[in-house]
Amino acid sequence: MTAFIDLTQLPSLTSAEAEAATYGARRQQRMGFFTDTTLCIGCKACEVACKEWNELPQDGYNFTGMSYDNTGELNGYTWRHVAFVEQFDRTDGKPHPEHPSTTLRTGSGRWLMESDVCKHCTHAACLDVCPTGAIIRSEFGTVVIQEDVCNGCGYCVVACPFGVITEQTQEGTMGKCTLCYDRLKVGEEPACAKACPTDSIQFGEVDELRERAERRLQQVHQRFDGAQLYLTSENDGIGGGGSMWLLLDKPEVYGLPPDPIVATKYLPQMWKAAGIAMGALAATVVLATLAGKRA
Amino acid sequence: MGTSFGRGGATTFQQDLQNSDCIMIMGSNMAENHPVGFQWVMEARERGARVIHVDPRFTRTSAMADLHVPIRAGSDIAFLGGIINYILQNDRAFKEYVVNYTNGPVILKDEFQDTEDLDGMFSGWHEDKGGYTFETWQYKGMDLHGAAGQREGESALAEREPFQQREDALENGEPPHMDKTLQDPRCIYQIIKRHYSRYTPEMAAKICGIRPKQLIEVAEALCSNSGRDRTSNIAYSVAWTQHTFGVQMIRAAAIIQLLLGNIGRPGGGIMALRGHASIQGSTDIPTLFNILPGYIPMPHAKAHHNLAHFIESEGAKTGFWGNLDKYTVSLLKAWYGDHATENNEYCFPLLPRISGDHSAYRSAMAAIDGKLKGYFICGENPAVGNANAGLHRRALASLEWLVVRDFHEIESAAFWYDSPEIESGELETEAIPTEVFWMPAAAHTEKDGSFTNTQRLLQWHHKAVEPQGDARSELWFYYHLGKRIKHKIQAQDEPWADAIRWLTWDYPTKGEIEEPDAHMVLREINGWDSEGKALSSYTQLKADGSTVCGCWIYCGCYKDELNQTARRKPHTQQTWVAPEWGWAWPADRRLLYNRASADPDGKPWSARKAYVWWDSVKEQWTGYDVPDFEKTKKPGYVPPSGAKREEAIAGWHPFIMQDDGLGWLFVPNGVVDGPLPTYFEPHESPVKNALYGVQSNPARQVFPRKFNEYNPSPSEQHGDVFPFVLYTYRLTEHHTAGGMSRTVPHLSELQPELFCEVSPELAQLRGLRHGDWATIYNVRAVIEARVMVTSRVQPIRMNGKVLHSVGLPYHWGSRGIVTGDTTNDLLHIALDPNVHIQETKGLTCDIRPGRRPRGKARKTFLDEVRAKAYMETRV
Repeated sequence: MTAFIDLTQLPSLTSAEAEAATYGARRQQRMGFFTDTTLCIGCKACEVACKEWNELPQDGYNFTGMSYDNTGELNGYTWRHVAFVEQFDRTDGKPHPEHPSTTLRTGSGRWLMESDVCKHCTHAACLDVCPTGAIIRSEFGTVVIQEDVCNGCGYCVVACPFGVITEQTQEGTMGKCTLCYDRLKVGEEPACAKACPTDSIQFGEVDELRERAERRLQQVHQRFDGAQLYLTSENDGIGGGGSMWLLLDKPEVYGLPPDPIVATKYLPQMWKAAGIAMGALAATVVLATLAGKRA
Repeated sequence: MGTSFGRGGATTFQQDLQNSDCIMIMGSNMAENHPVGFQWVMEARERGARVIHVDPRFTRTSAMADLHVPIRAGSDIAFLGGIINYILQNDRAFKEYVVNYTNGPVILKDEFQDTEDLDGMFSGWHEDKGGYTFETWQYKGMDLHGAAGQREGESALAEREPFQQREDALENGEPPHMDKTLQDPRCIYQIIKRHYSRYTPEMAAKICGIRPKQLIEVAEALCSNSGRDRTSNIAYSVAWTQHTFGVQMIRAAAIIQLLLGNIGRPGGGIMALRGHASIQGSTDIPTLFNILPGYIPMPHAKAHHNLAHFIESEGAKTGFWGNLDKYTVSLLKAWYGDHATENNEYCFPLLPRISGDHSAYRSAMAAIDGKLKGYFICGENPAVGNANAGLHRRALASLEWLVVRDFHEIESAAFWYDSPEIESGELETEAIPTEVFWMPAAAHTEKDGSFTNTQRLLQWHHKAVEPQGDARSELWFYYHLGKRIKHKIQAQDEPWADAIRWLTWDYPTKGEIEEPDAHMVLREINGWDSEGKALSSYTQLKADGSTVCGCWIYCGCYKDELNQTARRKPHTQQTWVAPEWGWAWPADRRLLYNRASADPDGKPWSARKAYVWWDSVKEQWTGYDVPDFEKTKKPGYVPPSGAKREEAIAGWHPFIMQDDGLGWLFVPNGVVDGPLPTYFEPHESPVKNALYGVQSNPARQVFPRKFNEYNPSPSEQHGDVFPFVLYTYRLTEHHTAGGMSRTVPHLSELQPELFCEVSPELAQLRGLRHGDWATIYNVRAVIEARVMVTSRVQPIRMNGKVLHSVGLPYHWGSRGIVTGDTTNDLLHIALDPNVHIQETKGLTCDIRPGRRPRGKARKTFLDEVRAKAYMETRV
């Protein structure tokens, strides 16, 4: 029953020690993104730069009607996605001349924009469940799918608490952001961060980005209603993200889970329970057999 | 811009926006259409600047602004006039700046009459010719020439003798009659105060459909962020230029910035954001019919018989335009080389002449009328992008031949078998005589060359790869076309053939495809001296034929035999002005009129806003930028009487291109529709002009004719047949008429379909459902679009009613990966009289749910719409 014991140690596979053991001297600082939505102008340069660099195809010419977002979501072919949220509700208080029961709205309101990407979780469920070893943690601490190893089983799709991964239908493999692994290897920043004209997408060492995010929140929390950090804490359900955000409203407003939990968090207990159940079952069978023999 | 300050370009550069204390973006959706430059607005905001967006729609720019004011499309001058009135009524002008640097203290001629006297008209109107003459708009005791804009005698008044500037009028560098206390009722400051006295917050609010306190909030933000220690910027783009009074909107901004003392100073200025790459370049080295390189006027058939007469009538006596002879002769030497001699007036007689308005719209109408046989279309897609695109398709279908140079077979090349008119049966392929030559064009990555961007900055781009297949650069195409024409003309006997035969046309070529060397073209534009050495400044130009220069304002871009435009030192390795990145005209100055960043004595107005100042030890101007002033001219320099050219400009007058060196609050010469911006309704408007008896700009150009019908206006007096305001715009995801974006998968998927933006209230009123289809129509066209119901679009209250609007991006056509109806089919051709730019930002329309009629039903539908519209008009 040694396999069960190993599984209970799952989270430590993603710990710093495990990475050190894997990469030794080749290990780099953990790199990530800090996306500051107070600076995002919704230009989608990140989406285009990502697809150009990673040679991803278009994935549908569909008018969604969801504000200016015709991308819809992250998937195997879309590794950056800009969400648009329109928040207009205030009125001028006077009766509407054509519809006296209502009033005219005033100029105030918000149009929130946020560029979404793979979170490169500290505890990455996709990596945990991948049966082929196609998903690895790179020397930069990022979570990368090796497309030439992936067999398309799709376990990662259901494991990801953010819905980041889907199948690349033409190839049959799974796809998601690699944090431009090939660019990092040659000392370049990821294509999206490079293309961002307002530095809403910032690339850097995760530890430094977490500090930067804290400082930025202190700076802007009075100017922007609802400013809050997302995935900057090591104590959240995924152990903090390699990608983190400064948002202007609750995560769910942007379509992000408010309290994500690594899908494999309860796996040890589940295996334990399963083990106990199996043990009980085995014992029952043995007992029943013995009883049967006795009979 | 040219008429107010002296040069037709942005007064500042985008990086300088970071120094602003307040930025008002109006007539521009900067975040969407200039996202890279917008980083400097964001930088200013991070530094504490107030960012204001005034726009009918809540756009991605509004989302980033501290304040958004949703005005009615086309009501901008009422809003800007309201700000001017607020400044003057509350005594908030920067007086020291106004008194010394602007023509505010100048007394006008007694004959001048204002719109307040004549209910919307100025003195000098000629009803028979439909235009103004400028005599009554002059300074008392002095007639002015103007650095830019239109001379009289060009279009409507072509028969008249050109207006003459009187010599030697300046006295000690100043106009003869001034009141520096600004109290005289005939001084320009007081005339402006009276002109705008009825533009109260209440009146502006009524016209714009806002609340008075919104106007006051904006005006107060600009006033409190201007002065010695603070500066405000105004940024605009094509949503100001595309009106029948577009020039006047920019003029109104100029008046605000001059009154508040914001021109020529860091963080101040007017940031003119151009429509797309190198549009600035296409007016500097013009593709326009009425100017030669460097804004030298195109000679007129009736007015300019010889060179001396041309210089006499078009050049100024004082200011840098007093050197027109040097600029013109050097240009002629560049074009005609050794053939250009003093004896033959440097070949001036060989230049083509204009005889009136030959702009693109006139040309298209001439084609329909059979007066124009052929057309070249390069990097443009009029069948989608031009106002009243349907008229342009008919124009193309009337030609004998057409050359289209583009990456793809765009709508303007495919109109003869794929267009709404073919679909409806109004045109038939077999009946279209046009022979179309579609030639593949090289992309900017496939050729050397330069872009002149929105801030007059020339940036060189190097070829990365060879063009594929038969694709060729524009330079290759025109150079080799020119060579073939020259060859064919060689044997011609007629004297006109010399105009082409004598042209220097000898750029060295490279490689297998014989690509002309773009560096050598740039070097010719820069010019050289009698020894063949590259010039370093336009002040070296001479009128005796010893210098060669293809465009005087670009002189210096090849200084020291180096391509200065190819300099690429990162801004992180130099000052924030980044003088070693690219090259800006004129003379590599980044911030124009920067003499005004110092006080009359030459000292910075404040330490915080120091930029260029007088170094009294070295006895020269110095600072962070190239001084826009003669380097050693003392701040207290008093010109001797009778001084000419730049010597006539006083040491405290920063606007060196103007005859008097002053910023023009009031323009005596150069703007054909009036010396002061005045509020008029758009050509098609739902409402009556609340300020004057005159409804629309009396000097606007209109073309009532078949295929360019106008909706009855104002709608409220014509049965409200087209009750809604229509305006058009662009999206970040697409490029103009779509030839470079609807053909790219990664851009097409981001905005795949044409949509119309309507408010929830309008959706309720007309039964429109989000995501479904809507049909939008007026007397010119009917199109369909997906419905985007959004609270970002707001109805406004006007005259106790609710006024709705329909917003439409205009990127779609029938070709490419993603297709859709062409929004610009709904637009009409009614033009600004100064620059002949169309009105796309304020028209009228109606909207109903569902898809549009197809095939023959389209024509039937439109016939019915027109019948109803004109029947209501007669009532």
